[in-house]
Amino acid sequence: MVTARITVNGKEAPIAPAAPHTTVLDFLRERGLTGTKEGCAEGECGACSVLVARPGVNKPTDWVPVNACLVPVAALDGQEVVTSEGLATVEAPGTPPVLHPVQEEMAVRGGSQCGYCTPGFVCSMAAEYYRPDRCAHADAGAGAEATGGAGASGTGDGGDAEHGPNGFDLHALSGNLCRCTGYRPIRDAAFAVGTPTDDDPLARRREQDPPAPVATEYRQDDRAFLRRSTLAETLRLLRERPDAVVVAGSTDWGVEVNIRSRRADCVVAVDRLPELRELRVESDHVEIGAALTLTEIERRLDGSVPLLAQLFPQFASRLIRNGATLGGNLGTGSPIGDSPPVLLALEASLVLADADGEREVPLAEYFTGYRQSVRRPGELIRAVRVPLPLTPVTAFHKIAKRRFDDISSVAVAFALDVEDGTVRKARIGLGGVAATPVRALATEAALEGRPWTSGTAEAAAEVLRGEGTPMSDHRASAGYRAAMLGQSLLKLYAQTTEAVPS
Amino acid sequence: MSHLSERPEKPVVGVSMPHESAVQHVTGTALYTDDLVQRTKDVLHAYPVQVMKARGRVAAIRTGAALAVPGVVRVLTGADVPGVNDAGMKHDEPLFPDEVMFHGHAVAWVLGETLEAARIGAAAVEVDLEELPSLITLQDAIAADSYHGARPVMTHGDVDAGFADSVHVFTGEFQFSGQEHFYLETHAALAQVDENGQVFIQSSTQHPSETQEIVSHVLGVPAHEVTVQCLRMGGGFGGKEMQPHGFAAVAALGAKLTGRPVRFRLNRTQDLTMSGKRHGFHATWRIGFDAEGRIQALDATLTADGGWSLDLSEPVLARALCHIDNTYWIPNARVAGRIAKTNTVSNTAFRGFGGPQGMLVIEDILGRCAPQLGLDAKELRERNFYRPGQGQTTPYGQPVTQAERIAAVWQQVQDNGHVADREREIAAFNAAHPHTKRALAVTGVKFGISFNLTAFNQGGALVLIYKDGSVLINHGGTEMGQGLHTKMLQVAATTLGIPLHKVRLAPTRTDKVPNTSATAASSGADLNGGAVKNACEQLRERLLQVAASQLGANASDVRIVEGVARALGSDRELAWDDLVRTAYFQRVQLSAAGYYRTEGLHWDAQTFRGSPFKYFAVGAAATEVEVDGFTGAYRIRRVDIVHDVGDSLSPMIDIGQVEGGFVQGAGWLTLEDLRWDTGDGPNRGRLLTQAASTYKLPSFSEMPEEFHVTLLENATEEGAVFGSKAVGEPPLMLAFSVREALRQAAAAFGPRGTAVELASPATPEAVYWAIESARQGGTAGKGRARGEAVADGGVRTGVEALSGA
Repeated sequence: MVTARITVNGKEAPIAPAAPHTTVLDFLRERGLTGTKEGCAEGECGACSVLVARPGVNKPTDWVPVNACLVPVAALDGQEVVTSEGLATVEAPGTPPVLHPVQEEMAVRGGSQCGYCTPGFVCSMAAEYYRPDRCAHADAGAGAEATGGAGASGTGDGGDAEHGPNGFDLHALSGNLCRCTGYRPIRDAAFAVGTPTDDDPLARRREQDPPAPVATEYRQDDRAFLRRSTLAETLRLLRERPDAVVVAGSTDWGVEVNIRSRRADCVVAVDRLPELRELRVESDHVEIGAALTLTEIERRLDGSVPLLAQLFPQFASRLIRNGATLGGNLGTGSPIGDSPPVLLALEASLVLADADGEREVPLAEYFTGYRQSVRRPGELIRAVRVPLPLTPVTAFHKIAKRRFDDISSVAVAFALDVEDGTVRKARIGLGGVAATPVRALATEAALEGRPWTSGTAEAAAEVLRGEGTPMSDHRASAGYRAAMLGQSLLKLYAQTTEAVPS
Repeated sequence: MSHLSERPEKPVVGVSMPHESAVQHVTGTALYTDDLVQRTKDVLHAYPVQVMKARGRVAAIRTGAALAVPGVVRVLTGADVPGVNDAGMKHDEPLFPDEVMFHGHAVAWVLGETLEAARIGAAAVEVDLEELPSLITLQDAIAADSYHGARPVMTHGDVDAGFADSVHVFTGEFQFSGQEHFYLETHAALAQVDENGQVFIQSSTQHPSETQEIVSHVLGVPAHEVTVQCLRMGGGFGGKEMQPHGFAAVAALGAKLTGRPVRFRLNRTQDLTMSGKRHGFHATWRIGFDAEGRIQALDATLTADGGWSLDLSEPVLARALCHIDNTYWIPNARVAGRIAKTNTVSNTAFRGFGGPQGMLVIEDILGRCAPQLGLDAKELRERNFYRPGQGQTTPYGQPVTQAERIAAVWQQVQDNGHVADREREIAAFNAAHPHTKRALAVTGVKFGISFNLTAFNQGGALVLIYKDGSVLINHGGTEMGQGLHTKMLQVAATTLGIPLHKVRLAPTRTDKVPNTSATAASSGADLNGGAVKNACEQLRERLLQVAASQLGANASDVRIVEGVARALGSDRELAWDDLVRTAYFQRVQLSAAGYYRTEGLHWDAQTFRGSPFKYFAVGAAATEVEVDGFTGAYRIRRVDIVHDVGDSLSPMIDIGQVEGGFVQGAGWLTLEDLRWDTGDGPNRGRLLTQAASTYKLPSFSEMPEEFHVTLLENATEEGAVFGSKAVGEPPLMLAFSVREALRQAAAAFGPRGTAVELASPATPEAVYWAIESARQGGTAGKGRARGEAVADGGVRTGVEALSGA
């Protein structure tokens, strides 16, 4: 077995003697790359954001920012990482660095105050800078210039509050928190960055193939981090090690390690298995590989499943979506995951695989209790199937305190078929109202076969208010949760029927 | 113009420039305390043993199992303390407590070769606890009559006569949440001992001198054996004014006992569960207005949630009382304050230091009462402003100088924001949209600058000029992102008359400048700027003498501008480097200690009267929000601010402070939600929102979609360095405009003139309940108003208690 190695800022280094649970963050800091910071250790603040070379959507390679605090360094065996230190160029020791264009914009526009979150912002911003399909508007530049200087800032020409005239999507920074600036100068910096030059080494790196996945057998003391090359090998391994923790992007397991100090004897990575990374559109369904990241699904579907397109921008942050997978979100079985309500409304099913073969389970029959499911030890979610044709009227309503990167108090997904003013079919998925994600079956019955009128909507909203058993906690009161169930249907009715939407 | 405020020719102050460490920030090369660990050999890691009960007596601590964990080197307990077992200045904060006073209280610390070993060791320490009854909420404490510290009462005028003269009298109750600092860099320190046993501590602290003082008394050594350095902080916001000391003392004690460097860094969970926060408050109030809506009398009691120890609660409460007037003339007032003692973390300084809490009470009162007075809230606020030239004083007796600026920023922000036009647009929008409402609110700020305690209003500096003409400055202030060091470089370059690149700044250390005050109360630039300027003036005077003899002129006719000395009316020049070298050979001292004390302050904490503030900083904000009637969710559409920073020392820095303060204030008032387990179960007293995933800070989605900040022009402040004013805290309170806009938008779902109560923080849920209340006719519509018979035949209405957050 080849020694586990990682390339950081162009230099290759062995991963040993790091422990198998050691995060990329701690590994980098122990190597003296202390620009990468720990702010929360749970993927919420982005101070640890670093760039990883990953298979690209539009080019062979994308520079993908991830939370270094969540990913075990062993998961990046054979991979390439760039940190804030690596973005600047130092031409000779002791001379001032030549700043990367995003660093330059952040520095001159007052994008840093205490500076602690800044390296993370710089990495997230650099990834968006290198996104190949970031398109500048015709009048790029003018808007950004106008917003600089005296602290006056609108959104400039050619963009909106969340999209710059240079095509910069502010959601790229949704997983980065700053406690000092109030964000305006950071937005100005983001909306001012130009386009990479032809000789930019990171831009050129995109044209080459990404680092190939490598099988990893990383052991220290009695603990192991393992990665196999094929699904079959992985399933055999899971049969031998039913105690293994299966990880893809580690966005959930990383929190367990950091916050709850959990340590696993055996962690098995599945995120690079080709069999789990396919996306196929068949005649009667779309099959989405369980280990595709949410970002990859979002970009590759490109709006073709509208309900999923509504979900993605509201699902955690870009940094998390760059690691998180549908397999992970369903595998953990959390009642407040955001994908289950949507997939329930879409009547999705799961393809479960073990060493003996595969079976398909409707998602509505998958969850059996709090973080429990019909998935057996040694069984993996290989893919999610969304049946076609899609139901025409869909909406995803996420109720949370914060619009970017928050956990749902309640989530409601609707898929309605309204024909000639009558509800032919209604599928409603709910999150946050019971021990598992659930279908709102009584509400569906209260809608189906009835005219799509305010009377029907109000009556069904009353039923929806009574679905599930919402609790009071630090996110919301039970009363608010119940109220929001009903309100979500009234809002959907208003949005689908009123000339003035709201 | 005063000597202090006067600017020379071509000053470097007033030039817009980025933070002095911006390049290091963006390249990740700026060093913070915990980054030093990788550069230090043989470091031990300290990990706290937290007891997860709200209160109990520690009967025994057994460390055997912990010491058996491989890599565990030592367990620190109270028996190890050679000096005073106390982490605070009030002697009510044992570093190693015998009694657990809040859920998560650390009773011992484990030192390990690795952080992992120390963590496992801490989990293995056995603590026998005899549980005791606990008080978690402010209501618990008030009901149990559990208070500590001072009980000040501020009285002014004749309150009874004021109410007798009132046509409208309202009463109410209001409880609002505190706030977690959530500096991105958690508490950290690294302690080392040298060959003489002296301790050197690198600490993320806003108050190195006090860190030094507490480490000294814990170790039982004089202060000159302890040196504290702060490179920079990854945010402070007041959370590192008082709280770092005990943690630093643990590291110092560990280093002293083992002879090895000891590092501690709280992880986020520990930081959230162990360190103090902004005080939540409870207020009861009664207010009287005349027929035109002018305040006649205010009677209020403010109760601060102090947590388990006093910490800075007394001065926080004092500042709250001193800011309940905000921009409003209250001729007759009686405001009492008290500090509840609860079994939660010890609440502490947080940007504004009680000021925001005092002001929130009066702004909430005006926002609630305006519809019941039949007045637009903006009109009600404006009618009650302090007026210039009428000899008005604050309720604590300080004359309100520059009162004209209150109205000036108020008018200017409405002009800049086209408020009148937009109010018409909003009315039209609301008429056309049944499910979405917009509102625009304007609120103002008047914030007193100086520490209430007069003695703290002093600063020191040490300025060194080397033979080659390069200059190194030290001062007593710490850098936490607020740009103090940038401003100090500008002050030094301006005073000496040299280009900025000639000046460097060394990290803050107690062996360079002693007995410093906390970098707090927005006073960093005022105090340290005065001291840096003073040191540079001493040096400049010496150098002018040298230049005069070289240039054949009188020293009073020589100016140093942009690094060149010239005599008035002469072409002869002497470059700075040559001047310095000449001075060296003439044996002129090229270093100077600078000192500054704020003149004209006095304060009597017993009578609660005096003039504690050098001046007031003022500002106004106009905020427009849009609220979704289905859910209560909202967006901040546009914010305009006009703020008074005097003549800015560094405009980009100041605008950054205004914007950042505003968004942080908006976070406190709308989003950030501290929740404790208040039940009687096994987790009683546990902080429920103890992570970034549950305690949500403002993110990009909360920044105003349009954000326009303007600094008030021609605003020279005679009493501060180069005519500037302090900026750190006051803008936070401009965020009241967000809360009031949300209240007005919620009210817009009800009939015209609906009065609405709004919980704080005004989360989407809180706004939703306010909307529901408005739809049912608001406070009055629910039949909760009380009519009171009044002597003159008028009608008094009452507003019932708001249940609170």
